[in-house]
Amino acid sequence: MLLPVLLYYVIFHYGPMYGAIIAFKDFSPFLGFLKSPWVGLKHFEAFFHSIYFWRLIRNTISINLLDILFHFPAPIILALLLNEVSNRFFKRAVQTITYMPHFISVVVVAGLIINFCQSNGLFNALLGLAGLKKQTFLTNPWFFQPIYVASSIWQHIGWGSIIYLAALTSVDLQLYEQATVDGAGRFKQLRHITLPGIAPTIIIMLILRCGKMMTVGFEKVLLLYNPMVYERADVISTFVYRQGLLNQDYSFASAVGLFNSALNFLLIVMVNQISRKVSDTSLW
Amino acid sequence: MDSVIYRKSTGEHLFDGFNIALLLLLSAVTLYPLLYVLFASVSNPVAMARGGPLFWSLKGMNFAAYQAVFSNAMIAYGYRNTLLYMTLGTTLNVLMTAFGGYALSRKGLPGQKILMLAIVFTMQFTGGMIPSFLLVYNIGIYDTIWAVILPNAIATMNLIIMRTSFASVPVELEESARLDGAGDFTILFRIFMPISRALVAVIIMFYAVGHWNDFMTGLIYLRNRLLYPLQLVLREILIQENLQESMGGITQDREIISANIKYATIVVATLPILCVYPFVQKYFVKGVMIGSIKQ
Repeated sequence: MLLPVLLYYVIFHYGPMYGAIIAFKDFSPFLGFLKSPWVGLKHFEAFFHSIYFWRLIRNTISINLLDILFHFPAPIILALLLNEVSNRFFKRAVQTITYMPHFISVVVVAGLIINFCQSNGLFNALLGLAGLKKQTFLTNPWFFQPIYVASSIWQHIGWGSIIYLAALTSVDLQLYEQATVDGAGRFKQLRHITLPGIAPTIIIMLILRCGKMMTVGFEKVLLLYNPMVYERADVISTFVYRQGLLNQDYSFASAVGLFNSALNFLLIVMVNQISRKVSDTSLW
Repeated sequence: MDSVIYRKSTGEHLFDGFNIALLLLLSAVTLYPLLYVLFASVSNPVAMARGGPLFWSLKGMNFAAYQAVFSNAMIAYGYRNTLLYMTLGTTLNVLMTAFGGYALSRKGLPGQKILMLAIVFTMQFTGGMIPSFLLVYNIGIYDTIWAVILPNAIATMNLIIMRTSFASVPVELEESARLDGAGDFTILFRIFMPISRALVAVIIMFYAVGHWNDFMTGLIYLRNRLLYPLQLVLREILIQENLQESMGGITQDREIISANIKYATIVVATLPILCVYPFVQKYFVKGVMIGSIKQ
């Protein structure tokens, strides 16, 4: 039984790791993996010196930072608000509704965004209703990252709150009773009991999120961007896709991809070290 | 949290009202785009364009857009392919995950620690998109159904969860089955899987939704448009054409008509999942919990 599983990992996971040696070669499909000539770090140097290097790094980091700044706290706030609702039916209805978009495919979400962002689309109609002038959402680079983050919040805020709601149920109810007896209002209870109670969960989630810095976003960026907004939208993984699969510059794209993988791995190791110090949780 | 002895202050009443208003607003913002799409797909396109964001003026309701969608050959192919990939893929996923979870949960498996480490390592480090593409190409499955199914045969997170669950099955059950002459397959399918059936259900659903929504695998490993899964067909209809419009510009008339059809396409592609979702919601929630505990 173990055999097919091991074969799978060897072929489809360790195979590509071996194949990544073409990052150090001038790969030609005719010569194959072994016979293509070695070129050392040529492709890495070309990438580090290319005009795209800093743009890709900057976009990858700024999209992720914006996401951590705005998207990360959103589910926590939602969970806290839901926790204050005493009507069970209302609470469950809000939960069911906000979980829903999580299951919509990224293609459909991107399609919706693009449709709504057209010059005669929903967003411009709303702007018109508010008496504001039309915007070219899709071709203005400055709109890209806010749209990206806002739509992520829309799609995942409910789903993300599940874990915090679970953490909230494990906060000791006696603490609240005592606080009430001591005359602490609900705001004080929130600050001194609820938040400290779910702080470990928040920290772990934040650490995990930081470990995903280099990989998050590829699919949605690929679907949403266009050449006019590359300046603010292009990230390392979309660059790898274009260089490797569309331009068939296999070795160069593999080098960029390997750089991304290595950076990501480094980040995870670092984050794990921090996680082990801050809390007792670690990935390994 | 409200006990009898505790009476709410005015500030708290205000907060409660504010809180409920905020949550209502959030629900409305969540639902609005979805309802807009639903209404737009059955509305008269011209009235819709004039009506702006207020979609509840259902003048000239018609299902012409749906006729267009259902008679579109690419969408039909996409649907068929996705159903095929989902069924075959999920079956393989569950089998492989169960095999791996079972084998790796055996005590006394030689080199177990190293094997687990090697498997977990693949979650943290990958060879990258291009070497994976070249591998799929070189083993001869590029542009076939296998390219969509085999590279995703196991989601490592699910394997780990499964293994943890199997490891907690009482040893006595297995021992008595062995005395009765049961082999590994019988033990796995007759004892382990039924005992963990709630978890198996969660895993099946995560895999199935993953296949339904997957477009990256097809994008990278498929070229033949007749093999495209639904999501890739959707990408062509919803995104590529639209982007051309916003950058180049197509005559006004055509744009309005096609917007109508696009919304109908979204409904057709999303409704199955959103219809099933309320019934399986609690399993998914459970899945998130299990996953988070393991992390």
